[in-house]
Amino acid sequence: MLSQKDKVFQNLHGFEDAFLEGALKRGSWSNTKEILSKSQNDIIELVKSSQLRGRGGAGFSTGLKWSFMPKDTGKQHYLVVNADESEPGTCKDREIIRNDPHTLIEGCLIASYAIQATKCYIYIRGEYHYEYVQLEKAIQEAYDKNLIGKNACGSGFDFDLYVHRGAGAYICGEETALLESLEGKKGQPRLKPPFPAGVGLYGMPTTINNVESIAVVPTILRRGQDWFKSIGKENNTGTKIFCISGNVNNPCTVEEEMGIPLQELIEKHAGGVEGGWGNLKAIIPGGSSTPMLPKKVCETVLMNFDDLRAYGSGLGTAGVIVVNEKNDIAEVIERFAHFYKHESCGQCTPCREGTGWMFRMMQKLVRGEISPEQIELLENVTKQIEGHTICALGDAAAWPIQGLIKNFKPELIQKYNKKLKAS
Amino acid sequence: MSGTHPGLSNNFIHSGEKFEWSKDNAKSIKKIISKYPSERKQSAVMPLLYLAQEQNNNWISIECIETVAETLEMPKIRVTEVVSFYSMYNTQPVGKNLVQVCRTSPCWLRGSNKVTDTICKQAKCGINETSEDNLFTVVEVECLGACSNGPVVQINNDFFEDLDEESTKKIIDNIKNNIPNTIGSQKGRKSSENA
Repeated sequence: MLSQKDKVFQNLHGFEDAFLEGALKRGSWSNTKEILSKSQNDIIELVKSSQLRGRGGAGFSTGLKWSFMPKDTGKQHYLVVNADESEPGTCKDREIIRNDPHTLIEGCLIASYAIQATKCYIYIRGEYHYEYVQLEKAIQEAYDKNLIGKNACGSGFDFDLYVHRGAGAYICGEETALLESLEGKKGQPRLKPPFPAGVGLYGMPTTINNVESIAVVPTILRRGQDWFKSIGKENNTGTKIFCISGNVNNPCTVEEEMGIPLQELIEKHAGGVEGGWGNLKAIIPGGSSTPMLPKKVCETVLMNFDDLRAYGSGLGTAGVIVVNEKNDIAEVIERFAHFYKHESCGQCTPCREGTGWMFRMMQKLVRGEISPEQIELLENVTKQIEGHTICALGDAAAWPIQGLIKNFKPELIQKYNKKLKAS
Repeated sequence: MSGTHPGLSNNFIHSGEKFEWSKDNAKSIKKIISKYPSERKQSAVMPLLYLAQEQNNNWISIECIETVAETLEMPKIRVTEVVSFYSMYNTQPVGKNLVQVCRTSPCWLRGSNKVTDTICKQAKCGINETSEDNLFTVVEVECLGACSNGPVVQINNDFFEDLDEESTKKIIDNIKNNIPNTIGSQKGRKSSENA
C-alpha cells in the first residue's frame, strides 16, 4: 500500500486549503526557479527516465512525447492540457483541478518550458463549472505572485496560461478534436500525420498532455526520477489515481501504487464488492472503452499498463467500474453503446452508422432477441469498425461489446433461448 | 445523436428581437478575445456562446448566433455549426432549472433510474420536457465525469452527488420552495474519499 508521504496529491479530497497557501505548505512552487535553471533537454531526459507514461489512456511515454517537439523553430509552440475528462468511469482530473490546482499549474509551467512553449491552454470540460472557477482562481493567484506570467518564478521564462471551456462533447478528449474545438470549430478529429508536434494548434508545434501526467511532473523533478521509479515496476512506474465506481460498498478515488492488485484495490479502498467478492460479475478496469475482465482474472491481475494488456484489456484512464451479479452485464454495455452512439462526431461512416447499429443490436441483445448467428454478426461488425476510423472512438465503441461476447457468450445465448421458449 | 435534448436539437428558433450584448458582457468579450492570437478570434466562439446563453435565459436563439458571428467576424453558419455540435448550448428555451440526470453505466449501476423517476415525479414533467410552471426542464445526459459519486445530477451549473430517492426529492422540493441546496455529495462526503 502506498504510504502517505509518497502520494503526489496530498490534498486529493480537498480536506485542506486548495489554494496557494495550502499548496505552498504541501511543497508546490518550493524550488521551481531551480528546476527551470536546468536545460530543456535535461528536463525531458529526467521525465523520460522516470518512465512516466501518459495518464490519459494511451499510456505513451510523456518524456518521449515531449522530445518529438521541434527545437528552436522560431515559431510559437503550445502546450495544451487535456482536462476534458469524459471517459465513463473516470473522475480523477476533477479532484486534481478542484482540490490541488497548483500541482497542475506548476506542471504546466515546467512542461511548457521543456518544450519551448510560452503559451499553454487548459481545455476543461464544460460540465466542470465549479472546477473551472477553482482553476481560474488558482491561476490568478499564480499570476499575482509572479509564479507565472512574465519572468515566471524569476527564471527569465515568460509564460501565459489560459483556460478554455468545452461544451459537452466526449470527442473533444481526442487530442486533434480538442485542437479543432480550441480553434472555434466543431470538434472533429484531424487526420494524422501531420502530428500535433509538427502541425498542432493554429498550425504550430503543439504537445497535448493529460492533467494527471502534467500534475505529477513537478514532484518527479523535486523528488527525483529514482524515487518515482521505485514505485511500481519497470515501465509501469509511479503512483496513479484510481476511480472506483459501480457496485462497491464505498465508491471512491484514491492514489495508489501503479500495479496494485485489482482485488486489493477494491477491498482495501472501496469497501469490497456489494454483496461480497463472490457476488462479483465482472470489472471494467480502465474506463468504458477497455474490455471487461471476468471474476477469475480480477483475482490476480495487477493494475498497470502491461499486465492489463496481457489480459486483452488496458489500464486506460484507471476508471474501475465494478458490476455485480445483481445487474445485467449486457445492459451495462448497452448503455455504453448508447453513449458512443451519442458521442460519435459523425465524420467517419463506420463509426457514425456503426455505433447506431451496434446500439440497436445491443438493445435487442438485452431483451434476448438476437440469435447466436446474430451475436456472431455483431461481433464481426465490431471488428470492421475497429481500426477503420480516423480516431479511436470507433475502437472504443467496439471493444466493450467484444469484451462482453468474449466473456459471456453462453449466457447471452441462454438469454435468447429463454426468450424463445417463453414466446 | 439523440433527438430532443434541448442541446442537441437542430431546430433553431428566432426570439423575435435583436440580441445585444449587455455592458458587462461587452467588457468580458474583450478580455476573452485577448486570450487567443489576434488573428484567431474564432477561438472565442465557445466562450462567447456561453455568455450569450447566460444573458438570454439559458438558451441560444438565431439572434444570439447572429450577434456572436458579427462580434467575431465569422460566417453565421460556422457559429451555427458549433451550437449544434456541442450539447451544452440549448437551442430551445428551457426551464429555470435545467436538470440533467446522468444515465451512463456507472451512475445506472447505483440507481440513476430511480433518481430520474423521482425527479420526473417531483418536477411534474417527463424526460425532455419542461414543467408547466417553467421551473424545470429534465433531460438525461451522458457521463458527467463524477462516477465515484454516482448517481449524479447537474442542475444548471451545480453537481448533486451520491443521490438516492430521498435526497433527490429533497433537492427538487427545496428548489420549489426557494430553499438553497447544498451542492456536491448528499451523503456528507467532502469529495470522493472513501467514507
